[in-house]
Amino acid sequence: MVTFEEISPADFFYRNRDIAGFTNPARAIFSSIRELVENALDASDQMRVPSDVYVRLSLDGDATSEAERGGVYKLRIEDNGTGIPARHIPSAFGQVLFGSKYTLKQARGTFGLGGTMAILYGQITTHKPAHIASSTGASRIYRYTLMIDIRRNRPVVLDRKIQVNKERWRGTMVEFWLEGDYFRAMPKILEYLKQTAVVTPYANITFVDPKGRLYKFNRVTSKMPRAPKETLPHPYGVDVETIRRLVQTTKSRNMLDFMKTNFHRIGNKVSRNFLKFAGIDENINPRKLQPEEIVKFVRKLKKFEGFLPPNASCLAPLGAELLKAGILKELEPDFIAVCQRKPSTYSGHPFIVETAIAYGGNVPKKGDIVLYRFANRIPLLYDEASDVSWRIIKAINWRRYKVTPEMPVAILVHLCSTKVPYKTVGKEFIADRPEVKNEVLNGIREVARQLKRFLSKREYTEKERKRLATFSKYLPKIARFSTELSGKEKEPDIRKLLWSVRKFEEGKE
Amino acid sequence: MRKEKSKSSAAERKKEVLTNLIDFGANLYDQMEEGEFPWIKMPSRSIDNIFYSPEFRQYILGERAVRRSARNIRHIRPFSQLVWTAYFAHELVHNRKTSTLRDVYYSAQAYEIPFKDQQESNSIITDLETVAKFSREDFNVFPEERSAVFGDLTIEYTVPGYEGKQYNLMSHPDGVMIGPALTSAEFAETSADLVIAIEKGGLFTRFIEEQVHKKFNALLVLTAGQAPRATRHFINRLNKELKLPVHIFTDGDPWGMHIAMVIISGSANAAHLRDLTTPDAKWSGVWATDIVGYKLPSEPLTDVDVKRLHELQRDPRYKGELWQREVKKFLSIRKKAEQEAFSRYGLTYIVDEYLPAKLEEMA
Repeated sequence: MVTFEEISPADFFYRNRDIAGFTNPARAIFSSIRELVENALDASDQMRVPSDVYVRLSLDGDATSEAERGGVYKLRIEDNGTGIPARHIPSAFGQVLFGSKYTLKQARGTFGLGGTMAILYGQITTHKPAHIASSTGASRIYRYTLMIDIRRNRPVVLDRKIQVNKERWRGTMVEFWLEGDYFRAMPKILEYLKQTAVVTPYANITFVDPKGRLYKFNRVTSKMPRAPKETLPHPYGVDVETIRRLVQTTKSRNMLDFMKTNFHRIGNKVSRNFLKFAGIDENINPRKLQPEEIVKFVRKLKKFEGFLPPNASCLAPLGAELLKAGILKELEPDFIAVCQRKPSTYSGHPFIVETAIAYGGNVPKKGDIVLYRFANRIPLLYDEASDVSWRIIKAINWRRYKVTPEMPVAILVHLCSTKVPYKTVGKEFIADRPEVKNEVLNGIREVARQLKRFLSKREYTEKERKRLATFSKYLPKIARFSTELSGKEKEPDIRKLLWSVRKFEEGKE
Repeated sequence: MRKEKSKSSAAERKKEVLTNLIDFGANLYDQMEEGEFPWIKMPSRSIDNIFYSPEFRQYILGERAVRRSARNIRHIRPFSQLVWTAYFAHELVHNRKTSTLRDVYYSAQAYEIPFKDQQESNSIITDLETVAKFSREDFNVFPEERSAVFGDLTIEYTVPGYEGKQYNLMSHPDGVMIGPALTSAEFAETSADLVIAIEKGGLFTRFIEEQVHKKFNALLVLTAGQAPRATRHFINRLNKELKLPVHIFTDGDPWGMHIAMVIISGSANAAHLRDLTTPDAKWSGVWATDIVGYKLPSEPLTDVDVKRLHELQRDPRYKGELWQREVKKFLSIRKKAEQEAFSRYGLTYIVDEYLPAKLEEMA
């Protein structure tokens, strides 16, 4: 007999935790830290205050020996962000797919999944509740102890305390237990934090690992990137379902107004032109649109060529200055070049590509170019070889830029978009969209050209230095031996000769 | 017949060498004093500037000259090496010390202008030879290879500790090494009437045993294969200063022929030098015609031998009738014979029969 049942979103992710990045104990601990750090950074970004994120991971109870690998860990993360209004706390952490980020503006998280997923994973591996404390900076701090009812996708509040917020603390603290394998996850976690520090130079990130080791990534600036504005959907990026929902809720009484109020960058003129193009009467009440008319409407939207491209106000790129600051602080390179491309779009989604190249200093020497990938300021650490940036780098003839594999060269690619074209739910790598690919390629070329100029100049200076050294080494010898040979008493004055071979004055270069 | 002691040619030459080196240094010094990058001009030694001179009967360098300037980044290192080498040569000659090519290579390191390798140092020494127009032996720099001389020639040493001491080259039955001391010695007196240069050590010893020096009143010189420059210069002096005719006796093959030719007309490598050749010296066998005439035991020519003969046929030094005839003969009989081949007629045949006949023929 076949049985049919319905499962909740929480149940779905419980059964399919692999797709959210919780494949094994090592990966789970990495993903948990990553999801919660991203939430913490988003929270302070929204508040427009430079982030302070504190992460502590400790082995629970009588530390099972390290050799055993894996065990139960307590993870605690604190931020100085907006804080969560008391009434939303249980759902924000005890309900999958509940969140504040389902709007059209750039943020690190987008699914409302990550944080809760981490707690869900903790619960199913340790059966312990999560502790949440949060305050919006008002007079109270709310403390919750909760678990998730996985079958019903509902938070179960076990305990709730309200404290007086004497010190006007603002932020959120999350603490829960999970099974994991820190020692195998350690390299990736440290790499993740380091790269996060690169693209978040205004953040203080502190991490205490299970052995009590302290990792501190200090902020070097209090300047933050501009805040993204919430935006309306661009007509190229919508589908039938979006329109169906819009016509049900719109307050517009006619199509002309409907177009203007629900879409990105559409005014009277464009609205009218489009409706004429689509053969739709501008006075029709949008609520009256029939299903087949909605389908036709969406098709026409995609075909019409008169829409303005989306503007990038909903995006929050890091900007050349911050990107530079972040790289300088973490890599201390001899040379750095950064480039922010002009906003562009793919399928109605605006995006901006930022690239940087760093040479020398603490850039690791790996026998190949080191690639740092970021999407909406999240470091992407897995599946590098599948990423569009990686393929672009591999296809470039680097000798043209005077770059050889043994040089310490790092390339950074940051893609900001309201919809990052990830290929998988795990948010690991970016797909080959022609528009995106083009921007990444041009961005990399731009910074590579600057590196080439630097390397050429240095090569020239080096050559010149060697040339002068050769003259300074040998000319005195010629003077000395010809003096001795000819039996003269005083050596000839060759300072003028040495001075004359200089092509530029020292110190000027 | 006793010959008069020749004028003090070795000492004269040393003086010239010293003056030449000092002038070289003074010239560079003056250039620098005048605020000029030191430079020199010297004949080019590239292959297209080497010509055979019928007048000198040896290879000489043509008109083309190269300019080396310390202003040029590629020249300055070899330039300073050249100046150092001149300085070093001056020290050697002035202090009457001798040295080897290897020594020069190592000595440079003490002055912090090391040579990359032996070849580089050798090439700088050749530069100095070209600039100063003296051979490295004149700078008291000798190669490792050594040859020997035996016969009634009394020399007078000029090397430190032996100045004025006389020595007769018949004093030692193995012959006397032609080294720096002998090269710089003056010729005091001799009773010899001719010089016989011999390619191989075995035959040289045989000639001494068989009293060839007495029977022919000859000085015997062992070239030990291709004659070193010091030996070539020594033979030149025997011919020029003592007016002794020179006969060269080698194996009967293209290589032996060429040993004789280099003593007579010099090599392209030494085109920048004079006084190394003895144009009047005679190659007195073993000829190709001897192989036929004396029915000598022989071996067939190899491909390399034949190739070499074709090269020699076109060589300007081989224009003479005798040379062309013998080269052709070798090519036609396709055979070669060593000097020792005469031993088939008994160990003394070569001395008793062949040599007298040959010397008479060549006289």
